[in-house]
Amino acid sequence: MSLLIDDDVAARVARLEIPFSAQGYDKYGTSKRHLEVFFTIVKRLYRSYFRVEALGIEHVPPRGRAMIVGNHSGGYAIDGLLTVGATFLELEPPRLCQGMAEKFLSALPVSSSWTAKLGHLTGLPEHAQQLLNDDRLLMVFPEGARGTAKLYKERWSLVRFGTGFVRLALQTKSPIIPMAFIGGGDVLPTVMNLEKLGRLFGVPYIPLTAYGLPLPLPRPCSVHFGSPMVFSGTGREDDETIEKMVDEVRNEVRALLDGGRKRHEKRVRPLFFLGGQ
Amino acid sequence: MRLLITGISSNLGRLVAKVALEQRHTVIGIDRRPWPDAPKAIEMHAVDLTKRAAEDVFRTRRPDAVVHLATVTHFSPDAEERYRINLGGTRIVFEYAERYEVQSCVFVGRHTFYGAAPDAPLYHKETDPPLAVATFPELADLVAADLFAASALWRTPKLKTVILRICYMLGSSRKGTLASFLEGRRVPMVFGFDPLFQVMHEEDGARAIVLAASASTGGDLKGVFNVAGPLPLPLSSVVKLAGRTALPLPEAALPLVFGRFGLPRLPAQSIEHLKHPVVVDDAAFRAATGFRHTWDETETLTAFRYA
Repeated sequence: MSLLIDDDVAARVARLEIPFSAQGYDKYGTSKRHLEVFFTIVKRLYRSYFRVEALGIEHVPPRGRAMIVGNHSGGYAIDGLLTVGATFLELEPPRLCQGMAEKFLSALPVSSSWTAKLGHLTGLPEHAQQLLNDDRLLMVFPEGARGTAKLYKERWSLVRFGTGFVRLALQTKSPIIPMAFIGGGDVLPTVMNLEKLGRLFGVPYIPLTAYGLPLPLPRPCSVHFGSPMVFSGTGREDDETIEKMVDEVRNEVRALLDGGRKRHEKRVRPLFFLGGQ
Repeated sequence: MRLLITGISSNLGRLVAKVALEQRHTVIGIDRRPWPDAPKAIEMHAVDLTKRAAEDVFRTRRPDAVVHLATVTHFSPDAEERYRINLGGTRIVFEYAERYEVQSCVFVGRHTFYGAAPDAPLYHKETDPPLAVATFPELADLVAADLFAASALWRTPKLKTVILRICYMLGSSRKGTLASFLEGRRVPMVFGFDPLFQVMHEEDGARAIVLAASASTGGDLKGVFNVAGPLPLPLSSVVKLAGRTALPLPEAALPLVFGRFGLPRLPAQSIEHLKHPVVVDDAAFRAATGFRHTWDETETLTAFRYA
């Protein structure tokens, strides 16, 4: 097993400021051993395969509760995977960014066990609240599954943001770190989502890429973090007030996307055969 | 305090009785099963709780507090008998407790009340609904008994009622729901699933029960409380620390092998509990009583393993 684990990764896992028991688990079942194996793989993907750039990482607080709120980019969780990689590999001390896993992942074998052991709990408001109250770093994609279903030609777009994350930030008094993930659409250029086929496997859809298989291409990606946004309130405000705050966050994510586009297009040429621009 | 324990001859009943005696309480026990080597200080009544003789114990002995443990938690094929003991017995205990002016009544329920499901939250609060009715219908009688007992909080406000939903208990007695599951050398798991299991040492469980009875009789404790010990562990670690070998099998194969090849006999619906966690938040009980567990997860499982 130890041959599978990168020494630097093991040292970083040891520096995570998470209370692990003597058995190597935290109260949510996050496993030190699984993190070591996972981040060893992620490190290689992050550094060599996707050549990720993390910009504005200093905006992520080194400790204390915070919520990274970003766009979906790519047909499945590549954006989440590499954002988790960024906070683990780039921050000093490293932080474990914990996502909210789609409910179907908890119902499927293997994914159920691994998502839990990597600290990604089922996407429930109770879980998000517990993690923030425990001063963890939470990752939220308010576009939901609608966001991962974006096609290649829609890769620079944002779909509607849900509003629950703002209420949660207000209830738990957590700062929101806006984030733009850029490049997921180039890595996994989806031309169509096969929903019926997906249902056979218990997932919402299977992305069909220009080359058929839903395998990611070795193309560069970047994660752009913005300044923390702090809203005041109780979380019990009316929808109109909350939607204004959601729009503010969405606009920040939009600005980060637009700001990073030129830099990204210098690194990655659009796939002309898909009519991308 | 004069403490009456129903179901005293059960493993947990014996432990609760011993803790209560150590704390110099007077212990009276009801159970139709014998406890041949019971400490002499315990006043034993070999009667069926649902029969008239049990009422005589309440009337003549006038306990200050009752700990109601006389419930069946193993899966008897006789559903009617389970309902008679679990729901009928609970109804009678609360009826007698009110009639004979008992000060407090502690109902000992199970954390499985909350049920296991892929979309159920970790760290259930006491206010969470009993999903077990839907996910594990065999537990419906225990859920009904728990809810009936909790209704005493408004039905009989003079009686201080405490409902404890205790996580799995394990220890050197090697008895109980989880101990039966871990009995064999190989323990079945559902392939691809490794849910968190919350386990506390049986002695800590017994101490928590006596503490609840004392805090209720001598103080103002009443309400519904989750009770747990150390941090939960994935089932694979529980199996490993218990010195057993995990046997991950495809979900569809499990109902075919339960009760065969040295594997535990379990109803098919229990598979959900091998896939998804039932973990409770015990902060309210700790805050209200000052309870602290003394055995950590390794010590608890080691005690079970080497008993």
